[in-house]
Amino acid sequence: MQSNEQYYVPSGSYWPMVGSVGMAALLGGFASSLHDNHLGTGIMVLGLGIILFMVFGWMGQVVQESEAGHYNLQVDKSFRIGMGWFIFSEVMFFAAFFGALFYAREFSVPWLNGEGNNFWTGELLWPEFKAAWPLVEMPDPQLYPSPDGLIHAWGIPAINTMLLLASGATLTWAHWALLNNKRDQLIYGMIATIVLGVIFIGFQVAEYGEAYGHLNLKMTSGVYGSTFFMLTGFHGFHVVLGTIMLVVILMRVIRGHFDADNHFGFEAVAWYWHFVDVVWLGLFIYVYWLV
Amino acid sequence: MATTTTDIEADIHHAHDDHDHGPEPGLMRWVKTTNHKDIGYLYMWFAFAMLLIGGAMAMVIRAELFTPGLQFVEPQFFNQMTTMHGLIMVFGAIMPAFVGLANIQIPTMVGAPDMALPRMNNWSFWILPFAGAMLLSTMFMEGGGPAFGWTFYAPLSTTFAPDSTDFFIFAIHMLGFSSIMGAINIIATVMNMRASGMKLMDMPLFVWTWFITAFLLIAAMPVLAGAVTMMLTDRNFGTSFFDAAGGGDPVMFQHIFWFFGHPEVYIMILPAFGIVSQIIPTFARKPLFGYSSMVYATASIAILSFVVWAHHMFLTGMPVAGQMYFMYATILISVPTGVKVFNWVTTMWKGSMTFEIPMMWAIAFVILFTVGGLSGLMLGIVPADIQYHDTYFVVAHFHYVLVSGALFSIIAGVYYWLPKWCGRMFNEKLAKIHFWWAVISVNVLFFPMHFLGLAGMPRRIPDYSLQFADFNLIASLGGFAFGLSFLLLAYIVVDCIRNGKRVEEPRVWESAKGLEWTLPTPAPYHTFNDEPSRELILKESSHTGVH
Repeated sequence: MQSNEQYYVPSGSYWPMVGSVGMAALLGGFASSLHDNHLGTGIMVLGLGIILFMVFGWMGQVVQESEAGHYNLQVDKSFRIGMGWFIFSEVMFFAAFFGALFYAREFSVPWLNGEGNNFWTGELLWPEFKAAWPLVEMPDPQLYPSPDGLIHAWGIPAINTMLLLASGATLTWAHWALLNNKRDQLIYGMIATIVLGVIFIGFQVAEYGEAYGHLNLKMTSGVYGSTFFMLTGFHGFHVVLGTIMLVVILMRVIRGHFDADNHFGFEAVAWYWHFVDVVWLGLFIYVYWLV
Repeated sequence: MATTTTDIEADIHHAHDDHDHGPEPGLMRWVKTTNHKDIGYLYMWFAFAMLLIGGAMAMVIRAELFTPGLQFVEPQFFNQMTTMHGLIMVFGAIMPAFVGLANIQIPTMVGAPDMALPRMNNWSFWILPFAGAMLLSTMFMEGGGPAFGWTFYAPLSTTFAPDSTDFFIFAIHMLGFSSIMGAINIIATVMNMRASGMKLMDMPLFVWTWFITAFLLIAAMPVLAGAVTMMLTDRNFGTSFFDAAGGGDPVMFQHIFWFFGHPEVYIMILPAFGIVSQIIPTFARKPLFGYSSMVYATASIAILSFVVWAHHMFLTGMPVAGQMYFMYATILISVPTGVKVFNWVTTMWKGSMTFEIPMMWAIAFVILFTVGGLSGLMLGIVPADIQYHDTYFVVAHFHYVLVSGALFSIIAGVYYWLPKWCGRMFNEKLAKIHFWWAVISVNVLFFPMHFLGLAGMPRRIPDYSLQFADFNLIASLGGFAFGLSFLLLAYIVVDCIRNGKRVEEPRVWESAKGLEWTLPTPAPYHTFNDEPSRELILKESSHTGVH
């Protein structure tokens, strides 16, 4: 019995297998749909459904086990280490796209104009091409048409920066409330954070509408458009995920799941939210501002 | 409670029939399992299956290259074979086999009951069969499977690739997801499940090397995910990351790929260093020489691995200053690697050596890995690399480090720990035949490739000029023999599990040190229910004290 109390090993579970089936269906279906296989889209949607089912089922089980008091401090620490290094892996994922942005800006675009020892590259490939950043006139305008304008940093993006920074502050305010057992302040702080997140997403959607609808700035607008939409798109996707996670945490708060000593779920989502916030600062500086 | 006994285990079973404490009956055990050994065994069998599939593709390659001219397969299919062989061996065989060994061994070596995040551990494994199936399925699609080499350089993999490439991309995403979760689990296990009496510098070297490898995985795999994501959007959504017409650059793909790819090389060799560092002290009957230098050397190699990537690209266009930097940084890696080889040799020096099967494989590893390491040094030198680039010399180099290096260490580890896992001894006579068969044939297979490469035979071609015929014939004969040796390995392992002589000794090998050897043989389903004491940990250290 003693040994039972010392360690916790969770019971077997079908959820990982459900998740694998869902993931294979989602990605396999997506790949099929890219090649005009009409069954593909259906399989993809089915896979997404299975994954959502898995996430809610698996996390639900974890919440139940946590509420039943099965988890000890060691499990809590494993969760913390796991979440911390998961976020680090996400940082490296974004690093790949930031790397592409810096490479295009510092190397490939100037080289196409003949910089360094690339004189003949410029001369032979597209002699008319003039390097500039942001890249508006492409080397081959037939393949990659120019946008009519760009998103300026001091409009929506600056507002969005303020929104995200404010949401980081309200989340920390909520965390203080949690640590000091101030339930009302905790709930208000969470609601404020979620509202700020939703407004951010709304502005981001509006910005995409402006870019596609009026400015003709698209994913196909050369390497600037590519990096712009890849970075802001994946970031926006993470904000959506983070907001959903915040909503789940708010519901758990309302049900009284957390107290001052025991609230890893809250902290994990808070870490994630701050990570999304930091990535945005990188985006604002390098994608919108220093152009 | 200092020791782990089966009594405690038995008490739990009798006291209450909690289903968490023994394997579930039936096949669902393997689907639902949260047990580190179950999951480790699944990894090992999966890796072995993929090894046979990837090996069969290698047989097709060697058959086609047996004589000049085209005899068995079309060039396009040949290219699919080289591509899929590489991808399957790297992502399907070597990496899962090391993760499997980590799963089975690390909890037993750090005095833990299981991995830190057991359900996620299950998911890490069960993604693999789906990813492997998706990868293999590309070969049966219209237009054939990926044929652009395992490095999938743009624009071969973007503009000029078959439709099936999108399935390949998602298979890579899934494999990466699995690797990242596995790595997170290993880090959490080492940091948080280690017996409190075991300090970091008390950890066995296999634990250390895997711990460092896990950080490499977490930093490198997401970059690969980013690279294939950009490929996906370039192919389907009109982005121009790798297309110069839109301001991108195909060479950028190579930079991003090798930023992942070079750490990946060490992901596949650091755990091998760990296995060999466990085996050699056992059979030399001496503590490991220079333990702390081994740890620091491993960490140095890991850090350096992130700043040398462009030595794979000396010929794709780079300023001379860049070439110089990447050359010197690359050559620098030989210092910590040399420290390791020196330490293994010095551990054996004046030891009371015996040559049991795992030791023979470990010694073969040290010698043959060093051969691969030296040809790697040659390739790291820019003017030399300009000659050797994309020739069979490169093929010889990375097969020496990956086959007679990584794969041999896995085989060594399996022979070393298999009796502990199943409580039975393998047929040592057959295993000895297997060893000599494999070691001789692997050299007949890969050594002539050095000469072929130096003479100028390019890699990834189905046909060649007549002057390359003799060495290709020798290499092919060695290849067929080496391929057969794996059927013998399969027989030895299955025979051991089913009919092997029972081993009851906890310490299967006379002078083996380590917490895993204090467990009963075969190891109980749940490893350590109580923490081993600091005294026991120090007594069982393979790098301090007397043997």
